[in-house]
Amino acid sequence: MKQSIFTIINNAPLTRDVFRMTLLGDTSAITAAGQFVNVKLDGLYLRRPISVCDQSGDELTLIYKVVGKGTELMSGMRGGELDLLTGLGNGYDLSKSGDRPLLIGGGVGVPPLYLLAKRLIAEGKRVSVILGFNTKSEMFYENEFRDLGARVTVTTADGSYGVKGFVTAAMPENYTYVYTCGPQPMLKAVYDVSATSGQFSFEERMGCGFGACMGCSCKTLYGNKRICKDGPVLVKEEIIWQK
Amino acid sequence: MAEMSVNLCGIELCNPVIAASGTFGYGYEFAELYDINMLGTFSFKGTTKEPRFGNPTPRIAECTAGMINAVGLQNPGVDKVISEELPLLSKCFDKKVMANVSGFSIDDYVYTCERIDSCEQVGWIEVNVSCPNVHGGGMSFGTSPESAAEVTGAVRRVTKKPIIIKLSPNVTDIVSIAKACEDAGADGISLINTMLGMRIDLRARKPVIANKMGGFSGSAIFPVAVRMVYQVANAVSVPVVGMGGVTCAEDVVEMMLAGATAVEVGAANLVNPYACRDIINDLPRVMGKYKIESLKDIIGGCR
Repeated sequence: MKQSIFTIINNAPLTRDVFRMTLLGDTSAITAAGQFVNVKLDGLYLRRPISVCDQSGDELTLIYKVVGKGTELMSGMRGGELDLLTGLGNGYDLSKSGDRPLLIGGGVGVPPLYLLAKRLIAEGKRVSVILGFNTKSEMFYENEFRDLGARVTVTTADGSYGVKGFVTAAMPENYTYVYTCGPQPMLKAVYDVSATSGQFSFEERMGCGFGACMGCSCKTLYGNKRICKDGPVLVKEEIIWQK
Repeated sequence: MAEMSVNLCGIELCNPVIAASGTFGYGYEFAELYDINMLGTFSFKGTTKEPRFGNPTPRIAECTAGMINAVGLQNPGVDKVISEELPLLSKCFDKKVMANVSGFSIDDYVYTCERIDSCEQVGWIEVNVSCPNVHGGGMSFGTSPESAAEVTGAVRRVTKKPIIIKLSPNVTDIVSIAKACEDAGADGISLINTMLGMRIDLRARKPVIANKMGGFSGSAIFPVAVRMVYQVANAVSVPVVGMGGVTCAEDVVEMMLAGATAVEVGAANLVNPYACRDIINDLPRVMGKYKIESLKDIIGGCR
């Protein structure tokens, strides 16, 4: 973990309420795809955890959905600086992927899969991606994943684009491993239908984001874990579904 | 030269800053960031007889200038704390640590304190009396002078280490409770624990926190904490440890003027993991600004 000041170089909407922010700063603490940063915002007490979408050199890309005060404040930023804690969370373990990993993202769970896809493709893996959205107007990053060289399928719940239905409607025949991030009902559905082991990225309200407050704990078959520090990525074999 | 040392119940602290329980784990998350030996000390995560997962999530809510938590004393239990956490801590902290203990019955407190009494690393035992008494209809031990004194007396009999009773602010007369603890053998009083609070999600029309209510902390509660520290410090003769919303070096000085011998920093650690380091580094400047040569001289200095 590292605390440092980043400079905002771009911040623009991808859809009506999903924004992409690009920043420059010390990214050295970011060691894995699937990690997150914790953002300090003026006037708010707690930092806001946002997953890392991409990182290359000094450049950091965050994609976030406006869901509350914090992300609303972020969406209005047109430059300036941000105080970030970087390198938080365990992130995805690439070594388990096999040759043909399947990446499944739902809504604002899509962003962390981008850096993951990029790294897996760099290792020569044949990456398939399923991106699930409610409707066409909420869709983002189809082309970006394709440009990386991934095989991309989009699903929309209302059938306005791609395959109609949830992400599980587009599961391919052959894959060696699953990496996923999205709302909990989607994670559970993927858990139920996936034929292989996998890694699932969870969300929880956090206090600190670095393991000190125990605010975001969950029970797993491998013992109590802090989503922020021991997660957010859990392996399929340890997950206990609570809600 | 700014003299920052203070003496808390017979043990010298190089400065009065103590990281508060529940915001500093068992120390090592922070030891990755800075040398935690620069602290006066820290109070480790509230420890109980049995391991506890705590409350269901969500356990955290944002507030104006603060936060609510309803973690519910998640901890691995005192036996594991002694066999696993304290050996890990000894690798990054060579000072006496403050052990924070909680219980749901007098027997719980006694068991935990007895076990901790044998730990060389522990300097003080901070006894959290804000938990519900399962044999007392669920009322918190800290809400009446009698039950707070009962806990104090019981742990007094099983340890020679200094006992600091950590009081809840959610009471009508904190002074009478503090006095009862002093009379029952407490070596010090720490306050304030969090204030009972609640937030409601407008969209869902449901409490933000699964447990509905939780402990409100952060800079918003600082004036309440200063007031209660002032009241208690003027009524007891044992040292008082002040806490509640302390965020900067000025707050430390203010708490000490109110009567605190040492000052705990809590929620601030969660927002700025370097909060304690930054406060300690800034203390000499603030002392200079207010012409304080030694922090010892200002304890209870507010007239």
